[in-house]
Amino acid sequence: MRKLLNTLFVTQPDVYLSLDGGNVVMNKEQEKLHRIPLHNLESIVCFGYTGASPGLMGYCAERSISIVFLTMNGRFLARVIGESKGNVTLRKTQYRISDDEEKSAEIARNFIVGKLFNNRSIIDRMARDYPMRVDVEQFKKASKSLLSSIREIRECTDLELLRGWEGQAAISYNRVFDDMILQQKDNFYFRHRSRRPPKDNVNAMLSFAYTLLANDMAAALETVGLDAYVGFLHRDRPGRASLALDVMEELRGVYADKFVLSLINRKEMTADDFVKKENGAVLMTDESRKTFLSAWQMKKQEKMTHPYLNEKMSWGLVPYAQALLLARFLRGDLDEYPPFLWK
Amino acid sequence: MANNSEETYLMLSGLQHFQFCKRQWALIHIEQQWEENVKTVEGQHLHQKTDQPFIREKRGEKLVVRAMPVQSRELKLSGICDVVEFVQDESGVELHDSPGKYIVHPVEYKRGKPKKNDADLVQLAAQAICLEEMLLCKVDVGYFFYNEIKRRVEVSLTEELKDSVRDIARDMHQYYERRHTPKVKTGTFCKSCSLQHICLPGLMSKRSVKSYIEGSLAE
Repeated sequence: MRKLLNTLFVTQPDVYLSLDGGNVVMNKEQEKLHRIPLHNLESIVCFGYTGASPGLMGYCAERSISIVFLTMNGRFLARVIGESKGNVTLRKTQYRISDDEEKSAEIARNFIVGKLFNNRSIIDRMARDYPMRVDVEQFKKASKSLLSSIREIRECTDLELLRGWEGQAAISYNRVFDDMILQQKDNFYFRHRSRRPPKDNVNAMLSFAYTLLANDMAAALETVGLDAYVGFLHRDRPGRASLALDVMEELRGVYADKFVLSLINRKEMTADDFVKKENGAVLMTDESRKTFLSAWQMKKQEKMTHPYLNEKMSWGLVPYAQALLLARFLRGDLDEYPPFLWK
Repeated sequence: MANNSEETYLMLSGLQHFQFCKRQWALIHIEQQWEENVKTVEGQHLHQKTDQPFIREKRGEKLVVRAMPVQSRELKLSGICDVVEFVQDESGVELHDSPGKYIVHPVEYKRGKPKKNDADLVQLAAQAICLEEMLLCKVDVGYFFYNEIKRRVEVSLTEELKDSVRDIARDMHQYYERRHTPKVKTGTFCKSCSLQHICLPGLMSKRSVKSYIEGSLAE
């Protein structure tokens, strides 16, 4: 597998990025703050209405370094994409399958199989590691229910049914999610998922982690020549990176949820890191966003062995590996799309 | 010749990819995937020197032209010759803007040193076929210039070699028609391939995804 390079997170909204030789330069009011060689970078993520020079965008596009612009709160604004990686054949196959509900379902179900499998691993591991802290009976029940859903889903060729099964499984998983928060329970709790806006600390962190993951996923899909906007499970909706959301399903729990849980359980984030607005919306403070991002960056560098490829790689490359495997499946190299099955 | 529009031409440089590994060729020419490694960057750097289409040197009996675009209707290939040398000789052909007659030699620049495989040879022979067709002449000799040893090596471009080029080109077009990326056939050559990370040569020896999923569920 290729090497994972760094991501540059620009969190100050008044920094302008420009190109100087092979470097990205961060400028603030005529003053040069930093310069970083671009050959070390995988992607650049800008929070706030940061500007970037067309020269920099072109340079990055040519070298497959993604530049993403997000609002201060992490909502997606835009991404700089170069010339689509050729491969019309691959994309036409993708579109053809996307138009065919039954074929879509065959791929979509493996995303869901992966998701449920991994969520089940999280639950099992938690019950094993903290038998005195969690309600083991409840955990075993949830784990069993997920396993039986996976078996049903393996046979399912109907998208609507598939979504039904997924919803069902989400209930089992969410029911024990709060129990996996072992520390700071007064300030961190999970009742249900709230987005737009998130209404508690945990949801604020989940939303942020999903945004980061979705961006990495979309960039990975474009790199291998797939269209991140045309999905199999998520249907087309203008402006939505449906395929990125599809492939992300299997990584939400094992990548993002686990990450958020460990920030809480290791007390790397505390109640002070959040601000509650008058309407109940919860925001992460600027300082806490930095903590979050540097921890995220560390997580991406952590190594593990890819369960299907049996190759050592960093977590940050998993989106790329899955995108590549999906492309290889669509091109006829594999009998099915191999989801990332984490143990 | 409905089928012989230039639209259907493939890249001549693909011949060496195709011979190196059919899958590598398909990944580059059908799937448009490309990843740089040290070797490809070295190669590009080397070709910057040859890639100067407006320099035309006259050295005594010799006319040296760089980056000459060529094509062959027969092979349905087109590409660029690094260098073409025209050597004044009575048995040669006339050129439209130079007095006298010339024999034609393609010269291909290569990084590294002479190799054992004949992938490079095929590419040079294909260039010869293009030149023969375009200039109505015979091209029996070509040269490789190896950057590492800074020396050129003469090769004879036999009819037999040219026939094998014709076979390979036909084969390439058949794959391309189907837009087919052949499955992995691994070998020691995988180690020096710049597309390893895209090709995933390991997929060849992998168990089926079905048994991977079922196996994981059973554990």
